[in-house]
Amino acid sequence: MQALLSLEGVGKTFRNGTVALQHIDLAVAQGAFVSLLGPSGCGKSTLLRIIAGLTPPSSGRITWDGEGVDGAIGFVFQEPTLMPWASVWENVYLPLRLAGKSRSTVRARVDDVINAVGLSGFARVYPRELSGGMRMRVSIARALVTQPHLLLLDEPFAALDEITRFKLNEDLLRLWHERRCTILFVTHSVFESVFLSDRICIFTPRPGRIAEEASIDLLYPRDEALRTTQSYAEQCRDVSLRLARASR
Amino acid sequence: MRAQTRDAIGRAAAPVIVGVLMLAGWQWVVSANDIPPYILPGPLVVAKTLWVDGPSLLGSLWVTLRITIAALGSAVLLGGALAILFAQSRLLERCLFPYAVILQVTPIVSIAPLIIIWVNDTFLSLLVCAWLVAFFPIVANTTLGLNSADRNLAALFRLYGASSWQMLRLLRIPSALPYFLTGVRISGGLALIGAVVAEFVAGTGGAETGLASRILEAGYRLEIPRLFAALLLLSLTGILIFAVLSWIAQLLLAHWHESALPPEE
Repeated sequence: MQALLSLEGVGKTFRNGTVALQHIDLAVAQGAFVSLLGPSGCGKSTLLRIIAGLTPPSSGRITWDGEGVDGAIGFVFQEPTLMPWASVWENVYLPLRLAGKSRSTVRARVDDVINAVGLSGFARVYPRELSGGMRMRVSIARALVTQPHLLLLDEPFAALDEITRFKLNEDLLRLWHERRCTILFVTHSVFESVFLSDRICIFTPRPGRIAEEASIDLLYPRDEALRTTQSYAEQCRDVSLRLARASR
Repeated sequence: MRAQTRDAIGRAAAPVIVGVLMLAGWQWVVSANDIPPYILPGPLVVAKTLWVDGPSLLGSLWVTLRITIAALGSAVLLGGALAILFAQSRLLERCLFPYAVILQVTPIVSIAPLIIIWVNDTFLSLLVCAWLVAFFPIVANTTLGLNSADRNLAALFRLYGASSWQMLRLLRIPSALPYFLTGVRISGGLALIGAVVAEFVAGTGGAETGLASRILEAGYRLEIPRLFAALLLLSLTGILIFAVLSWIAQLLLAHWHESALPPEE
């Protein structure tokens, strides 16, 4: 399958001398679901910001296939990061608004994506009236509204309770399947990464390197039932062992 | 619900009861010791004076109020504009902010005579004095607010290629709104104080005299009940300004900001 983007020797050293990332080589295939798994502070979030163009890398280069970066990326932060003064609809509309699109031309598109993340009926509501899980849904809708080729998620469900997280995991897989985008997902949860991804990059502690890669051969579509299967448990065990090895 | 209403009445009644008790005590001290009204008038005499002199005092109040409102208005406009300039350019902020601080810390009484000499028009000179006192909280608060926009949200704006104008209008100004409104509330009271201080320095005289000149005049003539009446009007005006500005802030922030939310059950 064709690579959407490739990283060659990407490294990041902060101005205070901290080496966050060392020599990252990574090719992400079109339509893949790749998790970046590692302990806190291993630089995986920094890598996501570098790919998004929010932080320049200190070394190495990133090559994009075809259409390039512009407007092609959606980003979801660990916090919902919504504008508290704007309604759900206005929050989701933001990326299109910044691109100069008028409300009337994109009304259907914004409504569609709000419905797709399961928030129909909440368009006029303000973020403070929503639960943490629902706010995260708004954040995901906002990332999807530009129909990105690549969706970057930075530990999006880390602050949520487990029940909500499981539900959002399934919904994310459904959205990924429906919209046929490529996903890079940062997490420190083995269970989450195995449930979601077809490929996991396991990071070492700081300075972050990709120590190992695991491909998860569980069939899609995956749903709640998968969590209790033997093969899921085995994959989790395998990834846990590899993570422990990488952290040594 | 009934318990809630009772709570609300209780909260409102407490300060009123304290006030009534203090007024009664004041009246008692004055009557029991036969204190003459030119030393300390009792509340009853003050109330009577307020009733009799009310119309003429209200005329003076209007003069002071006009200066206050004009000063607050220009402080909002110029202070807000200055804050936006500061937020757009760190260099400009570094160059000019110290001078804003100097203007703020210089006691207004000490520069008011100069301003009154330099500016010919009385209204304008008083306006400048009141403005000098009022503009700083708005500049300082709004600058802080404009620089306090959520960093991740700012990153998101950059990711979607926002222009600096979009960044300012859609992110930084809304983020600064609660800070700005706090500044305006502080400045409202300061504008009134500035206007009164400037009038004190300008002294009596002139066709239209503000409330401060009336206080001075009453003091000179030992018309202490009128002095008290004028003072009372001044505090009521200050309270009214604060209440109106708080109400506006509540209205603007009602649907989103923590400060405007009802208390939790």
